[in-house]
Amino acid sequence: MDEGLRSELSRQGVFATTIQDLYNWGCRNSLWPLNFGLACCAIEMIAASMARFDIARFGAEVFRPSPRQADLMIVAGTVTKKMAPQVVRLYNQMPEPKYVIAMGACAISGGPFKRGYNVLKGIDRYVPVDVHIPGCPPRPEALLHALITLQEKIASRKLTGPSRARAFQEEAPGEFPVPEYGPYDLVPAKNTDLWRPKPITRNE
Amino acid sequence: METLEQIKCRIEAAIPGVGLDIQCNRVVPGQASLVVPPARALEVARFLRDDSRLALDYCSNVSGVDWLDRVVEEHVRVTRLVDGQERVFEECRERRVPGHLEAVYHLYSMRLKHGPVILRQRTVNRVDQARLASLTPVWRSAEFQEREAYDLFGIVFEGHPDLRRILMWDEFRDSPMRKDYVEPDDYEYEPTPHDDLREKARRHYPIEADA
Ligand code: SF4
Repeated sequence: MDEGLRSELSRQGVFATTIQDLYNWGCRNSLWPLNFGLACCAIEMIAASMARFDIARFGAEVFRPSPRQADLMIVAGTVTKKMAPQVVRLYNQMPEPKYVIAMGACAISGGPFKRGYNVLKGIDRYVPVDVHIPGCPPRPEALLHALITLQEKIASRKLTGPSRARAFQEEAPGEFPVPEYGPYDLVPAKNTDLWRPKPITRNE
Repeated sequence: METLEQIKCRIEAAIPGVGLDIQCNRVVPGQASLVVPPARALEVARFLRDDSRLALDYCSNVSGVDWLDRVVEEHVRVTRLVDGQERVFEECRERRVPGHLEAVYHLYSMRLKHGPVILRQRTVNRVDQARLASLTPVWRSAEFQEREAYDLFGIVFEGHPDLRRILMWDEFRDSPMRKDYVEPDDYEYEPTPHDDLREKARRHYPIEADA
């Protein structure tokens, strides 16, 4: 239905929509985050859920303690190599459609501990991340901004057709291999199907 | 509190043939520590805790230290015959000190409100004889910290009730806090690499100037 006809109808008191819009509207305004935090960034996430910043204004206040009931994973904090398999396992246990926000310098890149031996250099090495938030820690407003960005992403997703969202593609993976503890590092150290950084050439 | 020398004398009187040593701290004066041989460490620890004048009932901290093999220069005076005359020369000699691992215990007394007394144990070497006596039977608070020293430095504490890794995963086979630890090469982009990191960056990203 084209926009002109839709606005014409709405002026006559007829509300017309599509299943896709309705579905996306419901979905984006009731994102239930998984209730877990990994380090200091989690404190900002908690602050965002409290009265002052009030994440409930955006429909994402129902923090669920079980991955089976959650559809948004906020990776808030440092992902150590010891913790990474559990994070991936939690992601795998969430039902589709599911989304990931990587919150803070640690979750997106290893942050201040990037050169350490025990910190994963970004959770996007193992699970697909929808929104990255930089900052150490990002303020609650930044988390809210990430949430709104994610809502925009959901609003524009397609349910059918070749460009439909990952969750609606039967062949697209919904689960990702859980890395194992190796003698020196996680095995594999990254999911190469998922994590393909652009080659960088340095000018000196 | 008594001075470390007095404490040393009293321990030696109570435990004959214990072989203690006092190590000065060249950086912070007045923070000397007591070096105890691992074989007698448990006896010394019991004495320090149970002695009524010391009553060191609280072990606040256990840390590991890694000393690599090093070469120290020593200046020695030698007399030599030069043209039939004896003359004194100063010579510089190099001496190799083998590397070892250390566990350092900081002890306080809650009852008498004094401390710290610093206790050190040293391993024979860094490789196959990295063994020390666990002092957990004396101070329970040393349990997790000795596990940490075991995990990160590879010091084996004999007599520890539950010696497992505590921070790294159980399958891990290395000691990340040792000075010669080589971390896994999971390098990522660095905006301003320098020194070692620059070499690493070279290996990972082609640098135009090199080509
Ligand atoms: S990004 Fe900063 S605030 Fe957030 S978990 Fe890492 S160190 Fe903590």
